[in-house]
Amino acid sequence: MHYYITNNTSTEAVAIKDIPEVEYATLYNDLKERLKQEQYHVAHYFATPDENRLMFYIVLLDDKEHQIMLARFAMEYYDDIALPSLTALHPALHPFEREITELYNVHFGSMPWDKPLRFAEARRNRNSTIDNYPFYTIEGESLHEVNVGPIHAGIIEPGAFRFICNGEKVLHLEIALGYQHRGVESEFTSTNNRLRQTLLAESIAGDSAIAHTSAFAAAIERLSDNAISDSLATERIVALELERMAMHIADTGALSMDVGYQLGQVACEALRTMTINTTQAWCGNRFGKGLIRPCGTNKPLTKEKVEMILSNVEQISRRYAEVSDDIQSSPTLLSRFEHCGIVPQNEMQRIGGVGMAARASGLLRDIRSSHPWGAYNTEPRHDSCTMHDGDVMSRLKVRCEEVQQSAQRIKSLLEGYTTSEKHLRPDYECNLKPSHLSFGLIEGWRGEICHVALTDDKGQISTYKIKEPSLHNWLALALAVRGEGISDFPICNKSFNLSYCGHDL
Amino acid sequence: MIFPKIKVLHSHGWQYIPDLNDVTLTEEFRGRPELTVTEDMADVEAAAKLCPTGAISVAPFTLDLGRCLFCGECALRAPRNIRFTNDYKVGSTSREALVVTPETKQIDFHKELVRKEIPQLFSRSLKLRQVSAAGDASIEMELNATGNVNFDFGRYGVEFTASPRHSDGVVITGPISKNMAEPLEICYAAIPEPKITIVCGSEACSGGLFSQSKAIDRSFLQRHHVDLWLPGAPTHPMTFIDAVMNLIGKKQRQGNQ
Ligand code: SF4
Repeated sequence: MHYYITNNTSTEAVAIKDIPEVEYATLYNDLKERLKQEQYHVAHYFATPDENRLMFYIVLLDDKEHQIMLARFAMEYYDDIALPSLTALHPALHPFEREITELYNVHFGSMPWDKPLRFAEARRNRNSTIDNYPFYTIEGESLHEVNVGPIHAGIIEPGAFRFICNGEKVLHLEIALGYQHRGVESEFTSTNNRLRQTLLAESIAGDSAIAHTSAFAAAIERLSDNAISDSLATERIVALELERMAMHIADTGALSMDVGYQLGQVACEALRTMTINTTQAWCGNRFGKGLIRPCGTNKPLTKEKVEMILSNVEQISRRYAEVSDDIQSSPTLLSRFEHCGIVPQNEMQRIGGVGMAARASGLLRDIRSSHPWGAYNTEPRHDSCTMHDGDVMSRLKVRCEEVQQSAQRIKSLLEGYTTSEKHLRPDYECNLKPSHLSFGLIEGWRGEICHVALTDDKGQISTYKIKEPSLHNWLALALAVRGEGISDFPICNKSFNLSYCGHDL
Repeated sequence: MIFPKIKVLHSHGWQYIPDLNDVTLTEEFRGRPELTVTEDMADVEAAAKLCPTGAISVAPFTLDLGRCLFCGECALRAPRNIRFTNDYKVGSTSREALVVTPETKQIDFHKELVRKEIPQLFSRSLKLRQVSAAGDASIEMELNATGNVNFDFGRYGVEFTASPRHSDGVVITGPISKNMAEPLEICYAAIPEPKITIVCGSEACSGGLFSQSKAIDRSFLQRHHVDLWLPGAPTHPMTFIDAVMNLIGKKQRQGNQ
């Protein structure tokens, strides 16, 4: 089958007419075989109205050849035929097919898990509401159900978890999401104010503001033929790695808290504070809001800020290394973290797991190495860190290593960094190419973030689709707790730390 | 096995902020803005047009912090007219007090609006239940941070609880999604009287970017009295701490003279 081929270093958007339009059967047969190979996975797959038709776009990644492959197919808007489900063969596609069914009432034949994805405002079936989510049940005298949420015990976002337990042991966990649905994607298309769109990108998931806004900026820059300078690309990567450090440290602290390891908890709290205060001293916001802007920046790095970042990062990485050494030499912690919440590699691949959780299971999914952009595309190449056991400890160890890698990356990018070029200011007025498709593909701290923007014939954004890595990884969490004691759920959950608002949009 | 721990402890040192009344944030931080009227207001008009949440009005010249996301772009567009200071004390008992005018030198807390039982009952112990209703996680993390090793707001008896039944009030974050409207109402009903309501973050104060979204249901705020409005995107832990201390009578911000 023929795809339009591009890659993550491309500075151009793709004319929609150049994307081959195929029959669904052709795509189905192609993906059926292709997705058996580890090198391929689907980064995005969605439908959008196109005059009186419904147009489906698929963004396929070839990790080995570093290619981004695009194709599309159409159906009449009111066609009532069921397309054969790809999820039935490759469960990794479940969130995409579920979204298409929820929004457009297109059914996929023999779809094994045909449930609402997020109870979006634009859903077709108005009788389907979040308080009557069809939870899976198992009959049995020795079984009981535990319902948690939507409001949880801590200060976190809402989501409903239903456990089916046999005694203390979890047989099945189902996670119902959608409580956080704000209508982010439709807000993108209901405004022409580019700054408003930028701030929407910053609020997709506040803990990944830098990653999501970087993806948005990349999509806009491709659409407006605004290739950014090397130094701006470098500064964005410094920001992205600071975000990764902050969140990995925060999660180390959260895991420590849940097993009663108070020393690690408070040490990590302090280190995270130091990391986000570094970001704040750079741009005025602890989460990096205001830092990433399309086509330029308001917050160029000055010599003083470079020095401040370098010295803080040096101290954070040293002190964090001491905490990780302590964790790895404490039998009481290891006995909680090891062999708990296992997701094996083949399972991770089957469900389409991405990011650091996939790497902890030995599945190499990392946009920094498979589809490098900016400074990741120059030497030294990013050497992704992978583990093998797929348990809580592996996910923690990936964090421990990646904090050091990020610190190293920041150091190598900023040591001796001076920029003589004058940074451009952000551009909120630039025209976008009409009838084009553009994308932003970034490895955030959780994993692969993929934004896709389509423009209409006047150059307005007509469709904006966001994929947060959590979309894939929530299922990994559900599988991780199978067979575990229910009291291990908190550490399994924290070891993934997935986004609710990024999923619910 | 004890040596690695001693090392961690040694490097960690003392991290808590000794005096929560004496905190100055970095110059970069965007807090309360100061407005200046100039003869030619063209820059302000441009800034008002650019503002993603419509927080700026030109005549009369005001900036509504309850809508502002503190992106700072208006100050870049109209540098003679708008300047952000690092003053984080921007919470108030009055929604109207969040509207900054050229005369504003400080956000007025409006102590007179505090119900008298609040300092009586809660000045030494205030337990709060947080409900995220489509908050974007940054604001939830900042609320968590109020209790962490740096800020340690627990030293004043202010803490977050797991159950609404053990709490004295609710802290709402996010623009309030339709899908969370009912759980929020149920949680609120479970809190024993007298109870307080704190609306935390500009998104919660006004809906922020989502004020026009069909997926939002803000009717809760019409049904229930709000005791504290806290702007921010996200609200800085110090903004929360300062406003709650004022609410429970541990501190007094001067009026708007
Ligand atoms: S800082 Fe506030 S008022 Fe100014 S443009 Fe941004 S959101 Fe609008």
